[in-house]
Amino acid sequence: MNLLDRTVEFTAALRRASVPVSSAETVDAARAVGALGWADRDALRAAFAATMCKRPLYRGAFDSLFDLYFPPRIGDGVVLPEEGGPAGEQRRPGEQRDGDPSELTPQEVEALRRAMRDQLRDALLDGDDEKLRDLARRSVSAFGAAQNGPGQRSYFIYRVLRAMSPETLIADLLAAMLGDDDRGGLEERIARQTIADRIRAFEEMISSEVRRRMAEERGLEAVERTAVKPLADQVDFLRASQRDLVELRRQVYPLARRLATRLTARRRLGRSGRLDFRRTVRASLATGGVPLETKHRPHKPHKPELVVLCDVSGSVSSFAHFTLMLTHALREQFSKVRAFAFIDTTDEVTRFLRGLELGDMMARIASEADLVWFDGHSDYGHAIEVFAEKYPDAVGPRTSLLVLGDARNNYRATSAAVFRRLCGQARHSYWLNPEPRSYWGSGDSATTAYADLVDEMVECRNVEQLQHFIERLLPT
Amino acid sequence: MSLQGYAFADVADVRERLRETGYLADEAIATTVFLADRLGKPLLVEGPAGVGKTELAKSLASAVSAELIRLQCYEGLDEARALYEWNYKKQLLRIQAASNVSGEAAGDAGTASWQQTHDDIFSEEFLLSRPLLTAIRRDDPTVLLIDETDKADVEVEGLLLEVLSDFQVTIPELGTLKATRRPFVILTSNATRELSEALKRRCLYLNLDYPSAAREKEIVLARVPELPEKMAESLVRIVRALRAMELKKAPSIAETIDWGQTVLALGFDTMDDAAVTSTLGVVLKHASDQARAISQLKLGAN
Repeated sequence: MNLLDRTVEFTAALRRASVPVSSAETVDAARAVGALGWADRDALRAAFAATMCKRPLYRGAFDSLFDLYFPPRIGDGVVLPEEGGPAGEQRRPGEQRDGDPSELTPQEVEALRRAMRDQLRDALLDGDDEKLRDLARRSVSAFGAAQNGPGQRSYFIYRVLRAMSPETLIADLLAAMLGDDDRGGLEERIARQTIADRIRAFEEMISSEVRRRMAEERGLEAVERTAVKPLADQVDFLRASQRDLVELRRQVYPLARRLATRLTARRRLGRSGRLDFRRTVRASLATGGVPLETKHRPHKPHKPELVVLCDVSGSVSSFAHFTLMLTHALREQFSKVRAFAFIDTTDEVTRFLRGLELGDMMARIASEADLVWFDGHSDYGHAIEVFAEKYPDAVGPRTSLLVLGDARNNYRATSAAVFRRLCGQARHSYWLNPEPRSYWGSGDSATTAYADLVDEMVECRNVEQLQHFIERLLPT
Repeated sequence: MSLQGYAFADVADVRERLRETGYLADEAIATTVFLADRLGKPLLVEGPAGVGKTELAKSLASAVSAELIRLQCYEGLDEARALYEWNYKKQLLRIQAASNVSGEAAGDAGTASWQQTHDDIFSEEFLLSRPLLTAIRRDDPTVLLIDETDKADVEVEGLLLEVLSDFQVTIPELGTLKATRRPFVILTSNATRELSEALKRRCLYLNLDYPSAAREKEIVLARVPELPEKMAESLVRIVRALRAMELKKAPSIAETIDWGQTVLALGFDTMDDAAVTSTLGVVLKHASDQARAISQLKLGAN
């Protein structure tokens, strides 16, 4: 397969991973390669990124696929003369047989392991990415392989990590980085973090090396599907892992800002306010009494108000995490946000949103807010009643009401009449539901009772859908 | 594809000439800039505030000894501010002057002189050229910087499309003005808003993030040469730790440099708890950010 065909296939793979690449961009990529040549792999990566990967969100998928389609080397990488630097460096004792650990005695394997751990220690200390990558490659060939079936090898990340066990080097690295005198201080805490970052990078290198080996053994298509993680904006709120949540948080903040502008935008349709007659006439003097430019009074600043009502029960705990995150982000954007959380009864949680870190906020809401009335299972009906009773002045004609929850009501009463009245009082009312639309109304879901009462109930399972919802709120 | 040949010979040339202006470019930056030059396409640079997006445009301009024309985007930016505007007042004067003359001459000369006046007032003399038009009409090398594109309204993107893909501007009364010499266009964005697909398709894309520790140290040392290397290193490490926290405003490169200058001026010789605590205000400009940094770095705990 020549390199141009490879490029076209790479483009197709990007599209399969839902990175949009137009044909015009493919042409640009080809022109870019024409200008740069194929020789420098980093330049090639930069060129492809510049022409085909136009959102930071896509970068992870792009990099994984690039490594698969344009691997830095083939096989163990030691046979190619142009790779791995001068040949002499490859032949230090204990290294020349990296590629085939099955021929080594256990003692030799152990010696090799020790030698490589020493090298890893040095590389981590210098933070030298090139050396680390080289080590990742060699350690995968030395320790990662396992025979499964005749002529087929598999590679395992955990085997490599167990052999190299980079975490056990931390103490040594700290000692080397700091010397003996300033332990316990700021220096140490910063150094720890630096080391942790480098180790994470090394682990990342190992896993990409393993993927590359697997792609060679099994063919690209087999690996491609597992290599590329779903884009961050398509991660399901209800299934998000801890790590996904950190990523989500980064995405939610700009979205909250946009949601805030969308909800206020209706007021700002005209660019300026009412005509200022006096200033218009005054300005017309310069043009001989012809009022060429009209002057306007500035707008009265609009004070949008937002009331968020969110379900924080166990069944939607990941979603609850997200909703509180969104609420926290919204609080910074709106002049007045009141947040209410409920499980089977409702309590105001606005006071926890102020100036607290998200983690603390969650903990305090869980421990201090009064959310359980009966048995700690979701009860929308009771929660809505309590909300309407305890906070009669929360929802007014300037309020946007945002309900976040799955409407799983455990077959309890819905208090639809009260909810109808609340929606009637509000300026807008929206409901974001983290369940797939096809599940709505099934089992104990009370969506049918509520969906018609709000302006709109929206399926909102991931950041992408949240984004669409915000786009659609555009003033019309 | 500037009509007068390429600005850079190869990627190394880009990096070398940017370095001469004091901008340390990494591989990706240098390659992308080189490509923008070769393919004659605008370059969209996106990334958090303070990673040197605008700085890149400025350095580029001085590296190729071109004039920098800057269009600062903001909410409410319109055609009249970005492209061109007719000078109404001058036009009005012209009309009045003409009517005085024709009033005296009277009769049949009136129609002819109106035609004359009409042609006159929509001529170059009455055209106020704004940044975009100025940039494409220049004969000398030009770098056009469209700064903070994401701040402008969506309609402005539509306005930019014609300029960016064909390097021309259409003025109804004058016709289409085409660039005699293509400017080198750099757009920057903080990614507060997703720019349209159409705009992105016309541009090369560079996602500029905070530099690697090694590069940031180099940058700091280049700007504050008197700072001991050991200090610069721990300074950069602390800044990176700060960026990893969730702050309202993460420290920018410029602030790292400021910090270097501050600790140097105050005569600290190590970055210990006391030094960091007393100068934290240089890099963190929100009280809540400072409080968070102090608690997470456990400053003043021992």
